[in-house]
Amino acid sequence: MLEWLDPLILARWQFGLTTLYHFLFVPLTIGMAFLVAILQSAWVYTGKVQWLHLTRLFGKIFLINFAIGVVTGITQEFQFGMNWSDYSRFVGDVFGAPLAMEGLFAFFLEATFIGVWIFGWDKLSPKVHLASIWLTSLSTLLSAYFILAANAWMQNPVGYEINAETGRAQLNDIAAVLANPIALASFPHTFFASVMFAGTAIVAVAAYHLSKGQYGDTMRVALKFGAVANIAAFAGVALSGDSLSLAMVEAQPMKMAAAEALYETSTNASFSIFSWGTPDGLNEIFSIRIPGLLSFLSTHTMTGEVEGLNDLQAQYVAQFGAGDYMPIIWLTYWSFRWMIGLGGFALLVSIVGLWMTRGGRDVKGWAWKVAMWTAPVPMVASLIGWIFAEMGRQPWLVFGLMKTEDGVSPLVTGLEVLISLVAFTLVYGALAVIEFRLIMKAVTTGPEEWASITDETAAQPNSLATVY
Amino acid sequence: MDLSYLWFGIVGFFFIGYFILDGFDFGVGMSLPFVARNNEERRVVINTIGPVWDLNETWVIVGGASLFAAFPMWYATLFSGFYLALLLILISLILRGVSFEYRHQGKGAKWTGLFDTFIIIGSVVPALLWGVAFANIIQGVPIDENGNFTGSLLTLLNPYGLLGGVVTLALFFMHGLIYLALKSEGEIRDRARSLAVTVGLVAVPVGGGWLLWTVLQHASVSHVLVIVAFALLTALALVAAILLTRSGADGKAFAAMAMTIAFAVLTILSALFPNVMPSSTDAAYSLTIENASSSTYTLTVMTWVAAFALPIVLAYQAWTFWIFRKRVTVASIPVSAH
Ligand code: HDD
Ligand code: HEM
Ligand code: HEM
Repeated sequence: MLEWLDPLILARWQFGLTTLYHFLFVPLTIGMAFLVAILQSAWVYTGKVQWLHLTRLFGKIFLINFAIGVVTGITQEFQFGMNWSDYSRFVGDVFGAPLAMEGLFAFFLEATFIGVWIFGWDKLSPKVHLASIWLTSLSTLLSAYFILAANAWMQNPVGYEINAETGRAQLNDIAAVLANPIALASFPHTFFASVMFAGTAIVAVAAYHLSKGQYGDTMRVALKFGAVANIAAFAGVALSGDSLSLAMVEAQPMKMAAAEALYETSTNASFSIFSWGTPDGLNEIFSIRIPGLLSFLSTHTMTGEVEGLNDLQAQYVAQFGAGDYMPIIWLTYWSFRWMIGLGGFALLVSIVGLWMTRGGRDVKGWAWKVAMWTAPVPMVASLIGWIFAEMGRQPWLVFGLMKTEDGVSPLVTGLEVLISLVAFTLVYGALAVIEFRLIMKAVTTGPEEWASITDETAAQPNSLATVY
Repeated sequence: MDLSYLWFGIVGFFFIGYFILDGFDFGVGMSLPFVARNNEERRVVINTIGPVWDLNETWVIVGGASLFAAFPMWYATLFSGFYLALLLILISLILRGVSFEYRHQGKGAKWTGLFDTFIIIGSVVPALLWGVAFANIIQGVPIDENGNFTGSLLTLLNPYGLLGGVVTLALFFMHGLIYLALKSEGEIRDRARSLAVTVGLVAVPVGGGWLLWTVLQHASVSHVLVIVAFALLTALALVAAILLTRSGADGKAFAAMAMTIAFAVLTILSALFPNVMPSSTDAAYSLTIENASSSTYTLTVMTWVAAFALPIVLAYQAWTFWIFRKRVTVASIPVSAH
C-alpha cells in the first residue's frame, strides 16, 4: 500500500522541519529575554525614560515571538514518541532525564515568570518586576542547557551502559551526561549566537526609525546597544565555536573531515574559505585556502594531523560492519562555511555601522537598509549551524549506537506521518506569516504608545498594565 | 518500595495538576460564546486565565517529559500509538496558545472573531480527546509483543472511549465556568454560575454512567474496592460542586470541582494499576509499571531532582495565583490598551 510513502523519509523531513521551525523563534527568545532584562535594569537603576521605552518596544517583540516558541516546543516534546518510538525505547532511560529536568527546572519557571512580567507591571514593585524578567531570562538559559545536553548525548554518548538483557542504553552516570564536553561547548555557542540575533534585530529596528527621522535620541541609544551586543556576542561565538570544534573532533572526527571535505588524512591541513568544482577536492577548479587552519581548528597546532574521510570510513567499516558512514559532504561543507560567513557578515555590519554613525553622524538611506536587512542574518547562521550539526551526524541517530533508520516508529504508517507533516506545514506556515506581520507592526507603530509614557507617568506603573 | 511505583504516582500527580489547571482554561475557552456578549466581555473572560494559561499548559509538557524519563516504553507506545489523536491535540493547543496572544493585536471584528473561534476549537478538541485517550488506555488497546500499537484512530472511537471524552468535556466545561464565576463579577459571573449548574446536571448522569462502566469493567481485579471508592468520591465531589455553585460559594465550589477532577484521575490510575497500558491482544504484552519503567539509577536521579524542584515550583506557582487573585472586570480592561 502506498509504498512511496516511506515513513522514515517523511519522519525525517517532519523532524527537521518542525525543529528548524522551533529554532526560528528560540534564538530571539533567548537573546531578547537577556537584552530586555538589561534594558529594564538600566531603566530601574537610572530612571531614564528612554530605557523604559526600549524595554517596552523590544519586550513586545519578545512576547510576540515567545508565543510561537512555546507552542512549537510542545510538538518537539511529543515528537520523539510519535515518530521515533524505537529511538525513545532505546535511549529513554538516558535521554528522558535531561528532558524532564528541563521541564522541572526551566519550563515551569519560564511560564510562571513570563506571566508575572506581562501582567505584573501594575501589581509589583519595580525591583520585583525586574526580577521576573531576569528569572525569565535564566529559564531560557536553563532550557537551552538541558536540551543541548540531551542533544549532545546523541552526538557523543557518555555516562551509559548497554543493558545486556534488553539491549537498551541505560544511564549510569548523570554527571557525565550533564558535563558532556559537547554540551559544555555548544551551550555558550548557542547562547552567544542567540544574542547576536537579538542584537542585529535591535539594530534593525533602530535603523528603521532613524531612517524615518523619528525618535532620534532613543534610537541612537538602541543602535549602539544592539551593535555592541552583537560584536561582543560574536567574540563569544567564535571562542566557544573553537572549543566546540575541538570537542567535535574528539567525538566525531568524521564530522570535521566532512566539514572540510577532507578525503585524505593530512597534517598541516588547510581550510578552504571557498571552493569551486566538486568539493571533494578531486576536480577542484578554484579555491581560496588558509594553510594550516583546519589543523588548527581540530588540534590547536598548525601541523596537527586531521583524519580524512576515507580513513575514517574504512575504520568505521571495520568497527561497525559494512555500510556508508559519510554524511552528505556538500551539505556539511557548505553549511559550515555559511554559518561562519554569515556570522562574520553580521559582525562586519555592526562594526562599520558603529563607526559610520559615531558621534550622531547621519548616514545615507542605503546604509540604513543594509542594517535592516542584516537582522535575520545571525538567525539563518544558527539554523545552518544546526543543519551542519545534525546532518553531519548522519547516518547515526545516536553516534556509534543507533542508526537513524532504526529509530523510527515501526508501525506508524507513511500516511499518518504525511498527514501530520502536511498539517504542521500548513499551520506553521500560516503562523509564520501572521507573526511576521505582527512583528512588523510592532516595530513600525510600537513607539506610538510612548506618547503616554513620560517621566511622570513612568512612575505610576498602572499606566503600563498589559491585558489581552 | 520499588521507585517505579513512586513514579507512577508522580506522573499521575502531573496529570492531576494538568487536568485541574488546564481543565479550567479549556472550560473558560468553551464558555466564550455562552457567557460573553460583546468584545469587552470576551476580553474579561480571556483575561481571567491570561496570566496563568501558559503555566497551566506547562504541566502537560512536564508530565510528558517525566513519562519519557520514568516510563520510556509507555511514552513510546502511547505517543506512537495514539498518533493522529495526539496530532489533533497538538494542533489545537498550538491554535489556542497563539490566539490568546494574537487576538488583541489586530484591528477589526473579523480578526478577533477568527481567533476567538480558534480559542473555542482549541479548548473543545483537547478537552474531548484527552478523555477518549485515557478511557482507551484503561480499557486496553491492541498492543503486539514488541509493545507497538496495532490499531488505528478508529480503534479509539469505541463507545466507552467516546463516553470518556464526553465526560472530560462536560467536567472541564463546568470547571471553567466555576472558575470564571470565581474570577468575574456582575452579569458574567451570573451567567457563568447558572450555566455551570446546567452543565452539571448533564455531567452527573454521563459521569456517573462512565464511572459505573469503569467499575464493572474491573469488577474482577483484586483492588476493585479502591476503584469503587475513588469513583464514589468523584461523584460526591461533583454533586457538592453543583450545590455550592448554586448557593454562590464560588471558592468552595471551585475547590470541590478540583477535587472532582483529582478523584476522576485517581479512579483512572487505580483502574490501570499495576498496568500502565494493558494490551487487548494478549495480557502478556501489557505494559506494566515494572516492565515499562526506567532503570533504578535513572529513577533515583529523577527522584532527587523532583524532591528538590517540586516544592520550589509549587511555591512560586502558588505565589502567582496569589498576585493575580483579584476578580477581573470590564473596568479593568483599559480603553487605550493596544
Ligand atoms: C550566529 C550563529 C553562529 C555563528 C556565527 C557560528 N556558529 Fe557555530 N553553530 C551555531 C551558530 C553559529 C548553532 C546554531 O548554534 C550550532 C548548532 C548546534 C550548536 O550547538 O550550535 C552551531 C554548531 C557549530 C558546530 C557543530 C557542533 C556539533 O556538531 O556538535 C561547530 C564545530 C561550530 N558551530 C563552530 C563554529 C565556529 C568555529 C564559528 C566561528 C566563528 C561558528 N561556529 C560560528
Ligand atoms: C533546535 C535546534 C535543532 C535543529 C534545528 C535540528 C535540526 C535537525 C534536522 C534538520 C534534522 C534532520 C536530519 C535528518 O533527518 O537527516 C534533525 C534530526 C534529528 N534531531 Fe535535531 N535539531 C535540533 C536540535 C535537536 C535537539 C536539541 C535534539 C535532541 C534533543 C535533536 C534530535 C534530533 C532527532 C531525534 C532527529 C531525528 C533523526 C534524524 O532524522 O536524524 N535535535 N534535527
Ligand atoms: C528537539 C528538541 C527540543 C524540544 C523537545 C524542545 C521542547 C520545548 C518545549 C516543550 C517548549 C515550550 C515550553 C513552555 O511551554 O514554556 C520549548 C520552548 C523553548 N525551547 Fe525548545 N525544544 C527543543 C529544542 C530547543 C533547543 C535546541 C533550544 C535552545 C538551544 C530550545 C530552547 C527553547 C527555549 C528558550 C524555549 C522558550 C520559549 C521559546 O521557545 O520561545 N529548544 N521547547
